[in-house]
Amino acid sequence: METPGQKPLVVWALNISVVLLVLLWIFPTLGLFVSSFRTGDQITASGWWSSMFPAEQTLQFRAADPDDNRIETSAGVFVVEGNVFEGGDVLGIDSWGTSSRALDAYQVGETADLGDGETLTLSEGGAYVWQGDEDQMSGRGQRIFLTATVPPEFTTNNYGFVLFDEDNSEGMAKAFFNTLTVVIPATVIPILIAAFAAYALAWMDFPGRALLIATVVGLLVVPLQLALIPLLSLHNAVGIGKGYLGVWLAHTGFGLPLAIYLLRNYMVGLPRDIIENARVDGATEFQIFTKIILPLSFPALASFAIFQFLWTWNDLLVALVFLIDSSGNTTVMTKQIVELLGTRGGDWEILATSAFVSIAVPLAVFFMMQRYLVRGLLAGSVK
Amino acid sequence: MHPALLGVITIIVGVGGCVGYFYGSNLFLDKVLFPAKGPNAGRNINRANIIRPWLFLMPALLALGLYLAYPVVATLILSFQERGAGGVRTFVGFENYTKMFAEPKFGEAMRNNVLWLVVVPAASTALGLLVAQLTDRLKWGSIAKSIIFMPMAISFVGAAVIFKLVYEARPEDVAQIGILNHLFLLFGGDEPQQWLTIPFWNNFFLMIVLIWIQTGFAMVILSAALRGIPEETIEAAIVDGANPFQIFFKIKIPQIMGTIVVVWTTITIATLKVFDIVFAMTNGQWETQVLANYMYDKLFRANDWGMGSAAAMIIMLLVTPILVWNVYNARQEMK
Repeated sequence: METPGQKPLVVWALNISVVLLVLLWIFPTLGLFVSSFRTGDQITASGWWSSMFPAEQTLQFRAADPDDNRIETSAGVFVVEGNVFEGGDVLGIDSWGTSSRALDAYQVGETADLGDGETLTLSEGGAYVWQGDEDQMSGRGQRIFLTATVPPEFTTNNYGFVLFDEDNSEGMAKAFFNTLTVVIPATVIPILIAAFAAYALAWMDFPGRALLIATVVGLLVVPLQLALIPLLSLHNAVGIGKGYLGVWLAHTGFGLPLAIYLLRNYMVGLPRDIIENARVDGATEFQIFTKIILPLSFPALASFAIFQFLWTWNDLLVALVFLIDSSGNTTVMTKQIVELLGTRGGDWEILATSAFVSIAVPLAVFFMMQRYLVRGLLAGSVK
Repeated sequence: MHPALLGVITIIVGVGGCVGYFYGSNLFLDKVLFPAKGPNAGRNINRANIIRPWLFLMPALLALGLYLAYPVVATLILSFQERGAGGVRTFVGFENYTKMFAEPKFGEAMRNNVLWLVVVPAASTALGLLVAQLTDRLKWGSIAKSIIFMPMAISFVGAAVIFKLVYEARPEDVAQIGILNHLFLLFGGDEPQQWLTIPFWNNFFLMIVLIWIQTGFAMVILSAALRGIPEETIEAAIVDGANPFQIFFKIKIPQIMGTIVVVWTTITIATLKVFDIVFAMTNGQWETQVLANYMYDKLFRANDWGMGSAAAMIIMLLVTPILVWNVYNARQEMK
């Protein structure tokens, strides 16, 4: 805080409270993000927040089968040697034991006394020496319990499974492309239609203009729930039915009020002189629109494009009603995730990864285009 | 045909069609219908200029009329009809409404919707204002704001999954993987709770999701409004010995009241239409039904168009005051 007269204590309190708020806001998303890089076992074994630090885990091993591996070193003394980590990652051992009732009985390098002269020594790196007489060194291998520090471990296998596994019928790859197929035309077409209308409402004089603007403002808040049944019947009646064409048309219709409103507000603010001069110079309205208004309105066009993109990408209701038929071939990501919530409610590695696949694109757009998004929001609501 | 190819073709046809329509219709108007030459040049230019706005507006008006205005009327009519066998519709007056009002699930949906309408806009606006004020002069304020704004980009369905993980409950004797239960046990809770199945309170756990999303929106707009407050008014208050709280509540808030109302009403509308969150997280079970999901149930599960349309009209009715208020304000500004 640069303001003079602020006490350092207040500044600290301010900073800390903002840090807390930010953490509160990012924690839920972070949880899902971290979980998408863990295996299902890891997710159920411990909370995601502990996965970023090395964790102490108790692991159970068994010494090699004594009947096959024992070596007689001297008369009546048999030894089995080996390594508990054989074939796997070597972990740092904190303590170990030979019974589930005393897991941390010994330190690394110590020798456990198993009674009647039978001993077991475990040294750094997991190597063990187990020694005893003929009776003791038979049957099953001695159990060894390790308390080891396991480093944080993450995997990208979930993404491979969700996106690229051909055998995974619940994969997201197809839904991803379906969503993309819905989104791009549904973003591009309303912009074009709205831009022409906005120009007419902003810079042309004709009777009924004020009424039309008021109508657009009114239509801004009409809940699209009302449109579902009448339009679905209409689509069925004219033969569009459920499909991409229907969903593109629906998104175009529903996006238009905001598009016209945003673009008109922006165009009205463009300098009058430029347009009047062009008119005096003999430019037609069509030329003025394409050569002057459209390039100057780029920020507003970008704002609306982002809104419409986010809205259509994230939409569930319109897709459910106008697009997804019983064949399920046209399912979009949001629908796919809702399905997964029902069928794989406990498989968090699948859920988290699928959700993140669908969230990733809007988030990228958000962070790259945040400036335009903020500008659009301000133009749309603050006067 | 592959849908992606269909998409590309649609873009080309759609964009090309639009450009072609606008260009062609203008050309037709200027060259064929009312050419700006010959004996009637002056009159023709005027006539062309009367028609031109409607050429520009036509596609938009068609789409708005067909996709937003017509459905309002059509839904209103449907709500007074019953669909019998073979799709034959008969007029039944207010029967759909009386049947609906008698349903306990509808009462529950209304109660919950009112609860949502009271809590979510208030909480989002208040939190947004708090963050806007706290980050106003902070050096890293823009980063903080960015993060709190971020949920705006996340779909309701994505947010539902995110918060399902937060609320996840596991049996008492194993590790908790939902952070809420983890903290609950840490701070002396006796056993893990299934947060989304506790009637009445589960509504609030669903609301948190929407508040989490909407706070960023409120913050962005209120933050700009706070920036717009003239410095002199604040300096004058400091000179007069006002403390920070007085400055905030007595100087700043009154000056941005108009913006607060706009934010509040915008979030109210978003709250009224809330569907995805409830649909994905509880689907209206455990007494969490809301109007939009109730309507969806009636339309597409019970296949009862009459009652579904009646429910949609209730949503429309609740939006209407805001609609009138917005239109009134827009007309004021244009004068």
